[in-house]
Formats: sequence, C-alpha cells, structure tokens
Amino acid sequence: MTLKDLLHSSRAAILKRWFEKTLETYAPDASAFFDGQKDRFANPVGKALRTGTRVMLDCLLGEMDAEKICAGLEEIVKIRSIQDFTPAQAVSFIFSLRQIIREELGQELDSSRLTELAEFETRIDQLALFAFDIYVKCRERLYEIRVDEVKRSVSGLMRRLNREEEKAQS
Amino acid sequence: MAEAKFDEMDHYKQAELMKFDFRPPPTGWMDTPTDFRPGSWIYPGKAKHLEYLDLPNPREWAVTDEDWQLPKNWKEIVLEGMRERLSRYRTFKIFMDICVRCGACADKCHFFIGGGDPKNMPVMRAELLRSIYRKDFTALGKVFGKLAGGRELTVDVIKEWFYYFFQCTECRRCSVFCPYGIDTAEITIIGRELLGLLGLYVNWVIEPVANCFRTGNHLGIQPHGLKDTLEFFAEDIEDSTGIKVDIPLNKKGAEVLFVTPSGDFLADPGTYTCMGYMALFHEIGLDYTWSTYASEGGNFGLFTSHETIKRLNAKIYAEAKRLGVKWILGGECGHMWRVLNQYMDTMNGPPDFLEVPKSPLTGTVFDNARSTKMVHIMEFTADLIRHGKLKLDPSRNDHIKVTFHDSCNPARAMGILEEPRYVLKNVCNNFYEMPPNTIREQTFCCGGGAGLGTDENMEMRLRGGLPRGNAVRYVQDKFGVNELACMCAIDRATLTTVCDYWAPPVRVTGIHELVSNALQMKGAKDREVNFRLEEIEHWKQKAAPAGRKEGSSDV
Ligand code: SF4
Ligand code: SF4
Repeated sequence: MTLKDLLHSSRAAILKRWFEKTLETYAPDASAFFDGQKDRFANPVGKALRTGTRVMLDCLLGEMDAEKICAGLEEIVKIRSIQDFTPAQAVSFIFSLRQIIREELGQELDSSRLTELAEFETRIDQLALFAFDIYVKCRERLYEIRVDEVKRSVSGLMRRLNREEEKAQS
Repeated sequence: MAEAKFDEMDHYKQAELMKFDFRPPPTGWMDTPTDFRPGSWIYPGKAKHLEYLDLPNPREWAVTDEDWQLPKNWKEIVLEGMRERLSRYRTFKIFMDICVRCGACADKCHFFIGGGDPKNMPVMRAELLRSIYRKDFTALGKVFGKLAGGRELTVDVIKEWFYYFFQCTECRRCSVFCPYGIDTAEITIIGRELLGLLGLYVNWVIEPVANCFRTGNHLGIQPHGLKDTLEFFAEDIEDSTGIKVDIPLNKKGAEVLFVTPSGDFLADPGTYTCMGYMALFHEIGLDYTWSTYASEGGNFGLFTSHETIKRLNAKIYAEAKRLGVKWILGGECGHMWRVLNQYMDTMNGPPDFLEVPKSPLTGTVFDNARSTKMVHIMEFTADLIRHGKLKLDPSRNDHIKVTFHDSCNPARAMGILEEPRYVLKNVCNNFYEMPPNTIREQTFCCGGGAGLGTDENMEMRLRGGLPRGNAVRYVQDKFGVNELACMCAIDRATLTTVCDYWAPPVRVTGIHELVSNALQMKGAKDREVNFRLEEIEHWKQKAAPAGRKEGSSDV
C-alpha cells in the first residue's frame, strides 16, 4: 500500500479532524455554532470551512489542480482574512494538516515511507504558498473597497463639479 | 548540560513544537479584556462637534489611548444615568430583568455569524450592561456580586461597551427570535446614551448630527448647494429622456412636502434613485416641494440618544407647518422610517395642522399614516401602479436580473414587505428572491447601519455583511442576478461594498431607479441611456429604427 492509498483510506477521518482543528481556532461558543448549524445561509462560515477543507484535501490526495485548490482555499481565506486573526493565525489551519496526518497514520508511518511523506508534505507547502497569495489578495481588496467607498460617498458631487468645470472651459 | 537559551537549537523540543494551539484564552468573559483590533472600531467624535451640540466632555482623544480622559466622577454619572433610564423606560427595566438566557438570539446576529466573537451574541451584548445592572441595582447582585452574575463597573467595562455597542447595527434581527421580545437594539441605544454622558461618541455619527443641527442635513449641504444638486440631476434627466423636470423648492402651499435622506444627494448610486423620484413626480404632476431646511430624512440622532432624535426630527413638522403643506411624503430610507414610524408622532407631534394623507391621483387615503401624516414612497408608488396610473414597460429592465434586500428598519420596524416587491415585479421581468431565512422579517443587515457605515471599521463591517453577501452570491450563482435593489440610503452605500467583496460584480440600485427605467414618460425621446448616462444596448436597438424614420442621417 502506498502512502497515498493509506491516506485515501483515512480520508474521512483526516477531513473530520482537519475541520475540527480549524474550528478550534475560534472561541468555543463560535466553534460550536459553526459546527452545529447546518443551514448554509444561517451559517456561511461553517459551510465555507466544510466545503473548503474537503475540496483542498481531495486535491491534495488527487490531482493538484491549482484552480480548484485555490477556489477551495479562497472560500476559507477570504473569510479568515477579515476575521479577528493575525496573518499567521488566518492561514494556520493549513499547517495543522501536517500534524493531523502524522497522528492519523501513527504506526504506519515508518521510515520506509518518509520519502513519500516528504513528497506529500511538499504539496501542503504548496497549499500554504497559495494561501499567502490569497490572503494578501483579500487584504488588498479590503483596502481597495475602502478607498472606493470613500470616493463614492462624494462621487455625485465630483461629477457635478467636473461638469461645471467643463462648462466653464467651453 | 546547561539549559539551552532561546536562540539555540536545543532550546526547542520537537514534541513541544508539534503542539500548537491557536485557541483563544480560556478565561471567563467578564475577565477577558477587550482587544481593540484596528478595523473593528470607529474613530471618536471630534471635540468641535460635541461643543456645537452642547454635549458633555468635549476633548480630542483616540481609542488607542490608555487614558480616555473620562470625567472625574464618571462612575457616578453612569450609575445615575442608568438609574434615571431604568425609571424612565419601562422596556429597559424589563429587558434587564426578564432574559432567561435561553440562547435563542445567540446565533442570530450577523456580527457573530460572520465573525465568531462571543460578545457579539445578542444575549452577551446585553449582558455587558446587565452585569452592571445586577451588581448595582438588584438586591441579590449587591450582596453576591459575581455569583449573581454582577460585576464591578470599571474603566475597562466602559471601553468594552464602546467597542461592542458600536458593533451592533440596531437591526433587531435578534429580537425576532426572542420568546420574550427582548430588543437588544434598545439596549444598545441605552448603552450608547450612557457612553454619551461621558463624551464617548463616534465621529461618523456625531459629525452628521452636528451638520444636521446646523444646516438641516447630515452632509452639511446649504440651500444653494441643494438647489445646484437638484438642477444637476434635472440636467441628467433631460439628457436621458429629453424632458425638463421642475424643481419646486420651499414652495409655500404645495400639497406635499417631500423629504429624503441626504445620502441621495451626493453619493452614487443613491443619486440615481433621487433622479427617479424627480422623474416620477414630474410624470404624475404631483404638487410637491423640496425643503432646503428639512433636507434630511435620515436621523443620526437615533444612533446617539433619544434627546438627539427629537432635536433633529423636529424640523420636519416645523417645515411642513411653515410651508403649509397637507401631508408629507418620504423617500427610500431605512432608519428614517424607524424614527418616523416609532418616535416622530409622540416626540414632536401631534401634527394636527396636517391632513390624513390622500393620494391626489388615486384618492387612496393612507389610514396607516393617520397619526404621523407621513407616507413611505413605496406605499405611494405601489398605490399608483395598482390603480394603473403609471405607464410602465418592464422589458426596459431586461438587462437586469434583480434581487431584493429588505432593509432592516422598513422590514422589521414597519412591515413594509409587499410594497417594494409589488413595485419591483411591475417594473422588472427578472426578479429573484434570496433564500427565505435571509429576507423579510429575517433579513440580514448590511453590517453598516446605526452609525457603523464608515470605512475605518471595514473588517467588522465585512464580517457583519457576510451573511447578506453570501445570500446574494447564491442567487448570483443560481440565477445570474446582477443587481441588488434596496430602499435605504445607507444600504445603497454599504451594500455596494458588501457586494464588491462577497459577490462581485453585483451592483446596487434603489427601487425608483428601476422604476425610472421602466417609466414611459409622456413626451420622452427614445431613450438610449439611463440616469447613470450608461448606454443600454437593447434600448439603443429599439431607438434606432425610430431614428431612421425621421430620416436624418444614414441614407
Ligand atoms: S440588533 Fe442586530 S446587530 Fe444588534 S445584537 Fe441584535 S442582531 Fe446583532
Ligand atoms: S432570546 Fe431573549 S430570553 Fe433568550 S437569551 Fe436572547 S434575549 Fe434572553
């Protein structure tokens, strides 16, 4: 059995633990809610965490389809980048996957599999790099929309002043 | 071997490195100090605005200062303020006493849903104040203190109030789910009043209040500025339709006084909605007037104190009396209607010099407005459509797939749920509802109401806007929705931002902008552009053959 096969057979358990570990980054009241409320409109964060982790794990175990993996990542990072987290905390959930996998495989993880494990962990590293990109993109977006909104608050006035200036010149 | 120092490899044990914990501290909520993270709070009110309004303790200070320069006897002031309000407002006393902490409201606040901070659970938000109430105003609390859920009033408590009472948009979603009808918005209102006694205001609220007190509107637009603005709108309406609309200003003896939030004067896309009203009134020949004094429908007093609501609202009746109108019509605004519907009559009425509003076109008497004498434009327009008084071509909006956001106040405080939908269905062919638990009474707030709509707390607003944005994204993915309609000036500003982040490129529109697209005005040219002066492809195609008929150019 290759490491990949092993991981496949523990997919459900890994996914569950990854989701739970991610929930633990929130206060207990919040994680209980994000976990418990299953309606996707009443609980968009829980829904994003569930979908995002699933999409990413499937990519890690299968094809590393960059587009898909980024879509899964963005579900989560877009939210965590505006929540009450430092940048490191916001993307920390990716690194917890390493520990979870090591713990989940436990005994099976003997020295003969270290190369395979290193390869797999490189994939997680790749994921982390994508996450940094997405995190920064989201923060940039945050500042852009801040500026846009401030501009919009007087946009009607600016149009009027510009029009008056045009008239004065012609 | 000596213990390795922190900058030496051996200092770190592999087993310990593997253990990491990002969990928040396990202290009880009363003992966890507030972490003032930038992006979550709002700048304090500037001294000059407080002075202008005769508010206490004007000074320059920053939220990040250790010392907030409270008055020496601040504790006495707060406790006395609470005592006074407990006897004056029965609801406040009841809300302090009857919460059974059932938790039904806990997960209903958009800030908790999007952010996960437990103190944004409505029950906890109220508890911030209730714990002081228990300690100082109940027999049990006085004796047992913390054991009875009471806590000492300290400067940290005041800071915590400032942080969390300005993370509540007073949207009242939580109250819909409370079996006892506890309205956390009212608790927030009182909490902010108490903060106000110490001179703790936010600038985004108190500057507009000062402006409004001085010029009649939040933006400080003076009479000539308002005249210029409306004339500018009239020019654009003419460019779009070929029709020159009248701008009745301070017209004595007009039948109707029209009042709308001043956001519609300066900020896109509210400006286009404002043009929509002007075009509509012209088309139906309404005998109405604008006022350069009652030039604000909104009332940021609602986010300050009951006293301030009253001071700002008074101008509307005063102006109606001075101009001698029969009744008042109000534009698309949210919190304005909470004030008009809930407070105006008792605070500044009764307006017995006005008549019960009656539509001059349909003869409909608006009995629901018998006491306040003020009608919501959505009721007015829905009634016009119902009686076939408007020539509408909904296919003019075929380039738009629209969904509707129920603004918290008209929906939950007034129950205006059907009128906007009725109007939308008559002016658009493609209208799609968002999921049921995100609309009508259960609507999700934009995250920027009640004085939170500034930009320095943008992260907080995006957390609060997530549930709404998420529902918009759903109808965008499912039906291809490209516009979000709403009837609130704050929404038109804040939801644009919410959509820009959570559901781009959905854009925001007022309902009367859509009405104006569909409205077939008498004597209008073949329109090719809307009030945004954007060319609309299918309008151009329709207009083209007509252009040729006149045989002007392309022979
Ligand atoms: S009124 Fe709205 S913002 Fe305030 S606690 Fe209730 S749900 Fe939250
Ligand atoms: S729903 Fe009402 S009674 Fe229940 S915890 Fe909330 S405020 Fe208290």
